[in-house]
Amino acid sequence: MLRLERRPEASQLMSYASPLIAIVLMLIGGLLLFTALGKDPVEGFIVFFINPISDSYGVSELFLKATPLMLVAIGLAVGFRANVWNIGAEGQLIVGAIAASAVALYFYESEGAHVLILMVIAGAIGGMLWAAIPAFLKTRFDTNEILVSLMLVYVAQLLVSWLVHGPMMDPDGFNFPQSRLFEESALLPILFAGTRLNLAFGFAVSALLVGYIFMFRSFAGFQMQVAGYAKDAARYAGFSAKRMVWIGLLSGGGMAGLAGMSEVAGPMGQITDHVSNNYGFAAIIVAFVARLNPVGIFFASLLMALLYLGGEQAQQYLALPSSISNVFQGMLLMFLLGSDVFINYRVRWKEAAA
Amino acid sequence: MESSILSSILFATIVAGTPLIIVALGQLIAEKAGVLNLGAEGMMAMGAVAGFAVTLHSGNPWLGVLAGMLAGAAMSFIFAVVVLTLMGNQVASGLALSILGVGLSAFIGKPYESDILPTVGAIRIPLLADLPIIGDALFNQQALVYFSWALFAGMIWFLYRSRPGLVLRAIGESPSSAHSIGYPVIRIRYMATLFGGAMAGIGGAFLSVFYTPLWVEGMVSGRGWIAIALVVFATWRPFRVLVGAYLFGGVMVAQLFVQGSDLDINIPSQFLSALPYLATIIVLVIISRDRNTVRLNAPVSLGQPYRPEA
Repeated sequence: MLRLERRPEASQLMSYASPLIAIVLMLIGGLLLFTALGKDPVEGFIVFFINPISDSYGVSELFLKATPLMLVAIGLAVGFRANVWNIGAEGQLIVGAIAASAVALYFYESEGAHVLILMVIAGAIGGMLWAAIPAFLKTRFDTNEILVSLMLVYVAQLLVSWLVHGPMMDPDGFNFPQSRLFEESALLPILFAGTRLNLAFGFAVSALLVGYIFMFRSFAGFQMQVAGYAKDAARYAGFSAKRMVWIGLLSGGGMAGLAGMSEVAGPMGQITDHVSNNYGFAAIIVAFVARLNPVGIFFASLLMALLYLGGEQAQQYLALPSSISNVFQGMLLMFLLGSDVFINYRVRWKEAAA
Repeated sequence: MESSILSSILFATIVAGTPLIIVALGQLIAEKAGVLNLGAEGMMAMGAVAGFAVTLHSGNPWLGVLAGMLAGAAMSFIFAVVVLTLMGNQVASGLALSILGVGLSAFIGKPYESDILPTVGAIRIPLLADLPIIGDALFNQQALVYFSWALFAGMIWFLYRSRPGLVLRAIGESPSSAHSIGYPVIRIRYMATLFGGAMAGIGGAFLSVFYTPLWVEGMVSGRGWIAIALVVFATWRPFRVLVGAYLFGGVMVAQLFVQGSDLDINIPSQFLSALPYLATIIVLVIISRDRNTVRLNAPVSLGQPYRPEA
């Protein structure tokens, strides 16, 4: 009989190997899924994982899609390390996009760099404000931040829906629920001519660097790490739990808001009620698969972006709904959480007890 | 206000509260055993799509409900394997289950987005249904409304009057003591989790087969999360779940209130739709204001992995 046996100490090797095991299991699950749907699994695999990045434009799209994921995931990872569960990044991203769009529309037909700078600030502040609600309720009333931040996702979705059907609607847009297209001055500069990859990718890489320094080189980052491992130890050491809740939620909210800004000022060029493509939730998976590590987040974001692009390809060439991306994402996280057991346990063959 | 309007508001409130009761009572059982499954949203979505598809193909709404129940239970089984056998983090795994369920349901449900099911007739209880105002609301309802009441009564009996219910609660309070007396902690937690999943599946099927009756991606729209909040709000007591569910049901049909009133108020529909989510936040704040309320009522081992030492 196979039995799990506790390891004397947690396996360092397995904590890096388990995301890879999860990826392999996800691929196997994907092949089975394609087969079950009557598609050729090899063709499915090629369409889903190879086609999207078969040329340099595809690779630039991969980095474009990965940008909001990197931003949100690094912000969330700061909080997750201290067990501050901000699940509402999706809503914070939307509110950041709304705030940035408000600036863009206010300065419509205005030239100059101040428009973009104000949009960046507005986006980050918008996301932080939305995250400040669960932070305040958590620190003041001990209200569960998971449920509050999640409820605010639905509120943010309704808020943006109202805005693009009302105050922010394009006056010449034939009543479509979307804003005017932003002017050139409200769009992020493109990094490489002929692609859509823009300056937001620079923000994302900088955010990963800052996140790395905060997590591994700052005292506050150390405190949050300790609190994540041993809440009581952190309390005895006198680390402020409230401060950690605020840092955790505001970093997640600020980065999500910046991601929202980079969507409306980047590939979208306007605000619609589909401003987020589930990035807020996908970034949670990114953060976990990356073991809350900035370097890992870089690669996990690229993988997650590939799942998005693969879903679009599958829709186009295999006539499958693009929501297949979410199926892959959910599978990946499930397999990861399952294979994490091998960090602390190993499988041993034991004679069944008589 | 006319009595017919009052009656229809009451009717709609009870219908809107019903899936919340079924899902929240299922979660309550799982949480009483110490298992926190945040995947209710995903399980409901899978229940809704499975219920809809099977009803559409078979023409039988009861097969649809059965399919929804099985789909919800199957989803919760995945969760149970990860958190009970493999000792995964319950918060993260529940979240993963929600993401997986919502994504998978959208994927499976794509071909069904333009179909509509025939409306299922209500079951009228003679005489009682003729009562003024409350007659229609209470005694001329969908079968699953009566089921939710039966479930409530059964749960009261199970938790507080039966021996297995006592064991279940003991496991949630102290799995190690329950284990040392000889109760199979993990097996009972599996059963409680599967029950929670089955109920979430029925709740989802209620939405797509009886309530709307159609399938749209994202149609569960947070009801699974509200049900989880409801269990906290109810401080893990079935009666308060019932009351809370109808309160939320009332908030959800707020649009009816506005249309029914003589006042000429012009509120954007999105604001009214946001009310249930804001109400959820408000009740969570109220219930958690006194730190002891939640701490004293929550099952002690809630969310903690347990591994019996062999």
